[in-house]
Amino acid sequence: MDNLTATQPKAGSRALTDRSVGPHSPSRRPSLITSVRRPGEAVAKIVLRLAAWLTIVITVGIVVALIVPALEFFRQVSISDFLFGTRWAPRFADASFGVVPLVTATIWTTAIALITAVPLGLGAAILLSEYAPPRLRAVLKPILEILAGVPTVVYGLFALAFVQGTVLRDWLNLPTGSFSVLAAGLVMGVMIVPTVASLSEDAMSAVPNSMRQGSAALGANRMQTSLRVVFPAALSGIVAAIVLGVSRAVGETMIVAIAAGGQARIVTGPLEQGQTMTGFIANAALGDSRVGSIEYDTLFAVGLLLFMITLLINFISIRFVRRFREVY
Amino acid sequence: MSIATDLRPNRSLQAGAKSGERNPKAMVFLVVLWLAMFIAMTVLLVLVVTTLIEGASRLDLRLFTEYPASSPARAGARPAILGSIWVIVTTAVLTIPLGIAAAVQLEEFADKTNRFNHLIEVNVQNLAAIPSVVYGLLALAVLTLLRVQNKNLVIAGATALGLLILPVIIIATREALRSVPVEIREGSLALGATPLQTMWRQTLPSAVPGIATGSILALSRAMGEAAPLLLLGGLVFVSFDPNGLLSGFTTLPIQIFNWTGRPQEEFRVLAAAASIVLLVLLLAMNGLAIYIRNHFQRRW
Repeated sequence: MDNLTATQPKAGSRALTDRSVGPHSPSRRPSLITSVRRPGEAVAKIVLRLAAWLTIVITVGIVVALIVPALEFFRQVSISDFLFGTRWAPRFADASFGVVPLVTATIWTTAIALITAVPLGLGAAILLSEYAPPRLRAVLKPILEILAGVPTVVYGLFALAFVQGTVLRDWLNLPTGSFSVLAAGLVMGVMIVPTVASLSEDAMSAVPNSMRQGSAALGANRMQTSLRVVFPAALSGIVAAIVLGVSRAVGETMIVAIAAGGQARIVTGPLEQGQTMTGFIANAALGDSRVGSIEYDTLFAVGLLLFMITLLINFISIRFVRRFREVY
Repeated sequence: MSIATDLRPNRSLQAGAKSGERNPKAMVFLVVLWLAMFIAMTVLLVLVVTTLIEGASRLDLRLFTEYPASSPARAGARPAILGSIWVIVTTAVLTIPLGIAAAVQLEEFADKTNRFNHLIEVNVQNLAAIPSVVYGLLALAVLTLLRVQNKNLVIAGATALGLLILPVIIIATREALRSVPVEIREGSLALGATPLQTMWRQTLPSAVPGIATGSILALSRAMGEAAPLLLLGGLVFVSFDPNGLLSGFTTLPIQIFNWTGRPQEEFRVLAAAASIVLLVLLLAMNGLAIYIRNHFQRRW
């Protein structure tokens, strides 16, 4: 890999010119290969570079696209009313733009999803990394990956029809309506199990075998080795996996739009319905929000908040990984 | 896992000892691990089975030939299926070359000590973690800026989904390129090929199976995605076949979302039937990706 970095743009292009002007430079022997200047190569290199720069353009585009309408929104609604207001009713005659109800619903669904996904995901990861023989792994891992490939609308339908309708209401007789943050959160948890499992397993597999052998030599069994040696050694990767799960749960839209409900109220229990930030954006998109109206700008204000939250989560994850990474 | 064999003598030595593998605590732990795996698999099974049972009664030809209608008996998902195909093919054409180009630049040519290139790398990681609705908001804002009135266009939907999966394709392509041994590149350069010829004729062809697998998986993610398209008004009543890049469209996930929101029970059955079609399509794409990974990937 290091050798490859020698072909960085400057060094690479210098090597190229050396070869093509070879015959003209007195200090070098004439090249045996027909030395043709290659203007196409310069163009190709520029194209490649532009493609890489495009990713920056997209990020800048997202930030600008969110901020400009959001600023328009904050010209009419103060930031403190938005962040700390407890009533969300953007379409009512006496409109009110307190985002707290949406945030409480997001916190509920995310928390329920994590309570589901973390034990299941870590259990599966330890099983795959520490116990399963290679052939069993080769069967189990692709099945987990299929779980990650199920589209979120299908999960949403499953949460609404089976988890909420059949399990929670018919079988468990819980006092809940057609929607609940519990059903949405549980299914969302299952959705992020593969993310948590696969990244944690990578982290645990990366722990050198010598550590396991050392632990075994000291008389530890596999449970003790897994929990007291491998798990702490892989902690930074495991935390990164969980954090990625959190940011997926916060940003997940279709499951909550279908199964969590559409009323923006402060959620005080898991059996209540609630509208999350993403659920609001999805539902508002159904109605016709005129460009330039406050409803249209509201979409972007909530989107900006969502973007900042996921960005913050991501940065915490990167920091954490850097700080606690054990290097072997 | 070599650990399994490594530990075997240890276990036989300690059979019956408190800290051995047959220690009750260790047994319970193993049962808990299996339970975690079992629950995850069971949910998948239950999801597939309940969807099949619910949708089976409407999984007929009408689903493929009829247009959405207000009466569930006459409704079908024909425009949604065609729309999904249109959008995904357009997304693939727009995104895959771009993603590969960006990955080649980052992996093969970019000076890794350069701060700007480092910024690009971190940025790609961040882009991959941004919620999909935000990409919908981006597309909505850009179309508004261009003063497009009717935002429900195949090309707009494909762009939104393309931006969403671009980082995924870049990351997968970089990994595929990284697994091509340096010796291949050095050999090519030593024979007088320019760095660009080396990339185009040696490195990239060697990485094709990995790139194909990653791209197909990314496209299958785009195919199941509905959130960004909702913001482009993909939920409008589409009762015609999409016929071009500037045509209106709806896709399978959006059609499913639409039907789940209707009060009549029959529409929920239709949604389940359409979910089966979507699941089969995605399973086929995933299967293809896994097939390519297992049969064409070279081990160096």
